[in-house]
Amino acid sequence: MNGWEPVIGLEIHVQLKTRTKMFCRCENVWGEEPNTRTCPVCLAHPGTLPVPNKTAIEWTVKLGLALDCEIAERALFHRKNYFYPDLPKGYQISQYDVPLCSEGRFVVPGPDGDREIGIVRAHLEEDAAKTIHVGGAAGRIHGAEYSLVDFNRGGTPLVEIVAKPDVRSGEEARRFLQLLRQTVIELDISDAEMEKGSLRCDANVSVRKAGEEGYRTKTELKNMNSFKFVADGIAVEVERQIARYQAGEEVMQQTLHFDPQTGTIAPLRSKEEAHDYRYFPEPDLVAVAPPADMVERARAEIGELPAARIRRLEAEVDLDLAYGLVTSGRDALYARVPGDDRRAVANVLMNQLAAAGVDPAAVDGAELGRLVAARETIPRQTFLDALGASADPDFTADPYLAETTVSDAAALDPVIDGILAANPGQVEAYRGGKEGLLGFFVGQVMKETQGKADARVVNERLREKLNA
Amino acid sequence: MAPQTAAGDVAVIDTLRLTAEDAAGLLERGEVSGEELAGAYLDAIEARDPELHAYLRVVGERSDGVPIAHKDVITTKGIPTTAGSRILVGYTPVFDSTVAARCKEAGLPILGKTNLDELAMGSSTENSAFGPTRNPWDPERVPGGSSGGSAAAVAGGLAPWALGTDTGGSVKQPASLCGVVGLRPTYGTVSRYGIVAFASSLDQVGPLTKTVRDNARLYEIIAGQDPCDSTTVELPEPVAIPEGEDLTGVRIGVPKEMNEAEGIDPGVSASVNAAIRLAEELGADVEETSLPRSVDYGLACYYLVAPAEASSNLARYDGVRYGHRAAVDGDLTALYARTRWEGFGAEPKRRILLGTYALSAGYYDAYYGQAQKVRTVIAREHAAAFERFDVLVSPTSPTVAFRIGEKAENPLAMYLSDLLTIPANMAGLPGLSIPCGLSDGLPVGLQLIGPQFSENALFRVGHALERALGFDFVPERLR
Repeated sequence: MNGWEPVIGLEIHVQLKTRTKMFCRCENVWGEEPNTRTCPVCLAHPGTLPVPNKTAIEWTVKLGLALDCEIAERALFHRKNYFYPDLPKGYQISQYDVPLCSEGRFVVPGPDGDREIGIVRAHLEEDAAKTIHVGGAAGRIHGAEYSLVDFNRGGTPLVEIVAKPDVRSGEEARRFLQLLRQTVIELDISDAEMEKGSLRCDANVSVRKAGEEGYRTKTELKNMNSFKFVADGIAVEVERQIARYQAGEEVMQQTLHFDPQTGTIAPLRSKEEAHDYRYFPEPDLVAVAPPADMVERARAEIGELPAARIRRLEAEVDLDLAYGLVTSGRDALYARVPGDDRRAVANVLMNQLAAAGVDPAAVDGAELGRLVAARETIPRQTFLDALGASADPDFTADPYLAETTVSDAAALDPVIDGILAANPGQVEAYRGGKEGLLGFFVGQVMKETQGKADARVVNERLREKLNA
Repeated sequence: MAPQTAAGDVAVIDTLRLTAEDAAGLLERGEVSGEELAGAYLDAIEARDPELHAYLRVVGERSDGVPIAHKDVITTKGIPTTAGSRILVGYTPVFDSTVAARCKEAGLPILGKTNLDELAMGSSTENSAFGPTRNPWDPERVPGGSSGGSAAAVAGGLAPWALGTDTGGSVKQPASLCGVVGLRPTYGTVSRYGIVAFASSLDQVGPLTKTVRDNARLYEIIAGQDPCDSTTVELPEPVAIPEGEDLTGVRIGVPKEMNEAEGIDPGVSASVNAAIRLAEELGADVEETSLPRSVDYGLACYYLVAPAEASSNLARYDGVRYGHRAAVDGDLTALYARTRWEGFGAEPKRRILLGTYALSAGYYDAYYGQAQKVRTVIAREHAAAFERFDVLVSPTSPTVAFRIGEKAENPLAMYLSDLLTIPANMAGLPGLSIPCGLSDGLPVGLQLIGPQFSENALFRVGHALERALGFDFVPERLR
């Protein structure tokens, strides 16, 4: 970074999975036939009025508490006014100066210890409908031949979380987002799937010289719909800004669109961002005063946060494995699996067990512990088969543990000799210097023994015989 | 009044004189059928509405209930609802407003949808995109507005009762100008669900009737909490249909600014003062009081708050989903601009501009924000007065009905028409206008204002005065 420090402020939208929409009784569901989940209220027919969804308010409070926010005694809804076909009322009901949740913080464990990211606010609003621009470039309205609107998403509840500009790298942004996603999933309030758009992230990016006070001009990065794109997009933009300053140029304030296919960023047309939203208190709604018992109930439903668990696990495994376990929801199983080699347990959970696609919650920890302990003494295929069956009801490790690896050289030698005899060409080539062919011979032996041979012994014996 | 009986024993119903209560009695006793009752009003409409133009659409439903007319901002399922605007031409609601549904449940068939100032913006019904309504007392004059069609329909015997909406005085003022009774209820007692919105923090539905008792009956049907409108509340007490004719113990305040304001016609003052003296004779304690800031700032404050909310409420009319759409191809901004330019008349455009300005960045605090603070001051000033008084009285309108065209080119003069109705509206308070006499042969309205949820007190005082005043609500030229 040559003495440059990135300053990154994240804005995250989380779509709540309430049964109904934010201000009407339409079903809140993804992926249905377009415009089949609508009513006069979410289509903004004349005279219709919003009625707030209590569950959405309670869930926002719950998320706010998990973000260590203060909960407003009387929060207000405001109207955010602008014209667009995805906004049937001509305004979005959102929150402005008195949001439900404010002044929080979110801890992100990192390689240099815990990083505390400030939370400015978390507020509740309704989502816009979905527009599909047909023709033109990259699904944008500019240059489109025509546009279609699907109001199924219109009016669904959305929480917007605004973090302080405390994030210092794309990687840190990724960790923040992964932890936030896991938090939201454990609170059971959202699917939080970036590719479905139920978790969305925008980033305000600027850079400054290390030690410099204040902030330089920022740009807003939009449309980063995967964790990788968030990390990549921010990294690309940080590089671009540093390069501009180093070339003696300025950074212009603008909204940028990240194109994940090319890994490049391009400015949105300025016309699409020039808005005076004319916020004012929504006169169709009264102030939201979350009752004390609701706040307490929400607080009681929050378990130990992912960040705290990562910090605990980090002592046993390492930071990456700890993140992996927690953000994949496998750390509960990890805790149930006995065994002295904790890294081995973690690695099996993150790799082979994950690949087996079994539900971690259904796995018997003690039985899995026995398998992990025996992973080097039973045949590899047996081990994988056992993992695949480990979530079955009544699963026991016993039959798998009974199949031991053939590591007796006396038993393996005839097989090895047979393979060498059957492949004289390869033997010749190996001896001529093509040592990479060792893997071929190992593979043949494993095939012959149906995977039961001890790979270490096979390697040893093969080398000895080939080099003889 | 009982119906007169003509040759052949067919009941001839005098729709000019028949109250809704009388009509209900005729139906209950089986003296007329619902069919005959509705038929009588439809005949009257056929005879007199070509002149008055109280109705935008005659629906002509028939059932066993007392028929009703709805101002055309009241959404009626399957019946086009235009709000008096070209922007909604072609729109037919797929749902009933809560008030229309309650009237339906109470068995009231719909006679028709009445004319109004476009989107309820105006005080004369001249702003209707479909032509003005005329005052049954003098067809050269306006019926007031914006609920002018509903007021004229009741006064002209074209409906036994009707619903209107009141934002700055749109029920009370036309009631006054047409010599009928109009209630603007406490904000939050009647659902706004399905009312084409003008200014959400001020809009209220209210009944227009020939008598105070009719008014209380219709209010009873429409009032009460609605789960579809989260600004509504449960009534603290049931509606009481007024019976008593004395005012013993009632404390009446006469705010001097509202009774001595510049622009009040002497004839209006004379009628109102006579009514106040009559109240005293009926046993009320009458005393002068003061609401200085409410009158000084009410109108200015209203013309910031109402247009600001309107500018946002009217944003949905964009030509995309329903109503008028301009023939524009290919350009979204042009579609919006052209649709709204063609669809809205001068007054909505004026208010959208005013309101957009008042909410703009850099102006919000000075205009909308400041107006909300003034609103609190007005509410406090009224609350203080109601520690000493049960009811405050004033003229409803500074003038009697004015001539069609007289103020049409002067928006400020028109806005002053609501000078006396606006303060209580800004404070969310109920107000009842009852006819209290004539000036130059035209009705004068007396405005009774009470604290929140004091509708029963207003009905009681209004009923006693109505009896004592003996005002004949049938327009002289039609008697």
